[in-house]
Amino acid sequence: MTMIFGIPIQALLGQLLVGLINGSFYAMLSLGLAVIFGLLRIINFAHGALYMLGAFISYLLLMHLGIGYWPALVLVPLLVGLFGMLVERLALSRLYRLDPLYGLLFTFGLALVIEGVFRYYYGVSGNPYAVPALLAGGTNLGFMFLPNYRGWVVLASLIVCLGTWLLIEKTRLGSYLRAATENPELVQAFGVNVPLLLTLTYGLGAALAGLAGILAAPVYQVSPLMGSDLIIVVFAVVVVGGMGSILGAIVTGYMLGLAEGLTKVFYPEASNLVVFVIMAIVLLLRPAGLFGRDA
Amino acid sequence: MSEAALHAERAAASLRLERALVALGILALIAAPFVIYPIFVMKMLCFALFACAFNLLLGYTGLLSFGHAAFFGGAAYFCAYAVKAWGWPPEAGILLGTAGAALMGLVVGFLAIRRQGIYFSMITLALAQMFYFFCVQAPFTAGEDGIQGVPRGHLFGVVDLGVTMNMYFFVLAVFLFGVFAIWRIVNSPFGMILRSIRENENRAISLGYSVGRYKLAAFVMSAALAGLAGATKAIVFQFATLTDVTWQMSGEVILMTLLGGIGTMVGPVVGAGLVVGLENTLATSGFPVTIATGLIFMVCVLIFRRGIVGEIYARWLGWGGKSS
Repeated sequence: MTMIFGIPIQALLGQLLVGLINGSFYAMLSLGLAVIFGLLRIINFAHGALYMLGAFISYLLLMHLGIGYWPALVLVPLLVGLFGMLVERLALSRLYRLDPLYGLLFTFGLALVIEGVFRYYYGVSGNPYAVPALLAGGTNLGFMFLPNYRGWVVLASLIVCLGTWLLIEKTRLGSYLRAATENPELVQAFGVNVPLLLTLTYGLGAALAGLAGILAAPVYQVSPLMGSDLIIVVFAVVVVGGMGSILGAIVTGYMLGLAEGLTKVFYPEASNLVVFVIMAIVLLLRPAGLFGRDA
Repeated sequence: MSEAALHAERAAASLRLERALVALGILALIAAPFVIYPIFVMKMLCFALFACAFNLLLGYTGLLSFGHAAFFGGAAYFCAYAVKAWGWPPEAGILLGTAGAALMGLVVGFLAIRRQGIYFSMITLALAQMFYFFCVQAPFTAGEDGIQGVPRGHLFGVVDLGVTMNMYFFVLAVFLFGVFAIWRIVNSPFGMILRSIRENENRAISLGYSVGRYKLAAFVMSAALAGLAGATKAIVFQFATLTDVTWQMSGEVILMTLLGGIGTMVGPVVGAGLVVGLENTLATSGFPVTIATGLIFMVCVLIFRRGIVGEIYARWLGWGGKSS
């Protein structure tokens, strides 16, 4: 068996794959956080709860309505996005004039309520969600065995990240969005409906979290607690990357996922801690974050 | 009467009123254990001190720490371990817990003050979560079980804390000492500088204050007092568990402060009493606590940002207060 630094190469590659999968979710979630923060100046603590909501809705659709993975892949982000738009219209839109801390506190409360409701009805144990038939099984790449679904997750997250980046950087809607981030009053004066833009942005961010949720459903167990622990790691990712750039959020997500995977090979006890340690080091050396502009 | 004289008159009147209320409150706390279940009141007092310590940072310095559970729960672990494993007397255990929390506050604060606003909150949250993972794995915390059966021991080798009333008056003394310390800090020249940082950080910098040092000092004091509360709680309940270091606990102390009134001396005490009381009631009703907590959060942020005490000050005493 081939060895690298005294570790069998299969184990190394296996953990790197796990890291890449985790990184895919970090990237998708921190991307959504960055999009929302860019325009709304709100840190969306409910992002983990929305991710859990996405996974749970796909599970419930399958159990009660017999709607499978592929239709749900379209339906779930739409539903979660609509829910997000409703929240923005009813509540968040009233908080824009206040200190951004209130947005964080409101979404924290929202996250507690969403999680509390699912915990109340479904308990804390995980529910399995079967891998769709099309992606069952795996492929032998010669140097390692790749389960097809995991390959799909990595691919899908790359497409989603790239798509969102193109949407924001290259389309007309994206240019409005970037302009509104710089100066909302001026953009409004030019006749762009900024409040609608804000609603759509939060909806987009929520839909991204919902999409991450359904992609995660077959990989992890669907449970009410799946989002809350993840969101704190994603916050650390966001601090490392800095929320100034969309691309920065994506790259940092994948990098920290891989770093976590590598740590699992060489020093498993620290794998939970490594993201936070990296965050502390980045804060010491580059307080604005790797890609950040604002200090 | 001139405008200024009227204002001074009113301020003096409200100060007299406040002093009377504080005296009344202390009397009520002395009488409380004879009327209400003492353990319950002790729990309230520990959380009230925790919330006051947190408010020193949020209310008077304008820094939202989302990781204060690390200092509260961390101190509980240090104290419980020293008392149980090394046989230290309770007062030494509590001092060790407080000192440990202060040291942790120094490290966390040093990192967190490098960023401002929302990033500060996320960094404190992330570092507290790191400490949580550390506590899950470290051998001295006994993992999921926690440190159980911590002896209460004898205070200064004389007073038997196993007797409920002795324990109660010790907790009351710790609470009053902590709140008095916070009151002195807030109303000192140092506290005035903290408030100026809260109101306008850039201006404080331009006036020549090294804002970073003041923020760090406030952070360490707040962490130490939160630790004092946590260590005392460990002696009262004779255990230290993972619950006290979770992010939910950090959220709970924010809720207590927000509900009672950010930036008021009495608010966090009222908030802590209400939240602890609510949790006790819900524990027997089967209605999930997290849903109730989350709903109160949302309502407070949307329509009740001054909190209960802040609202009373603003409406009946005309103190104005900040609404946002």
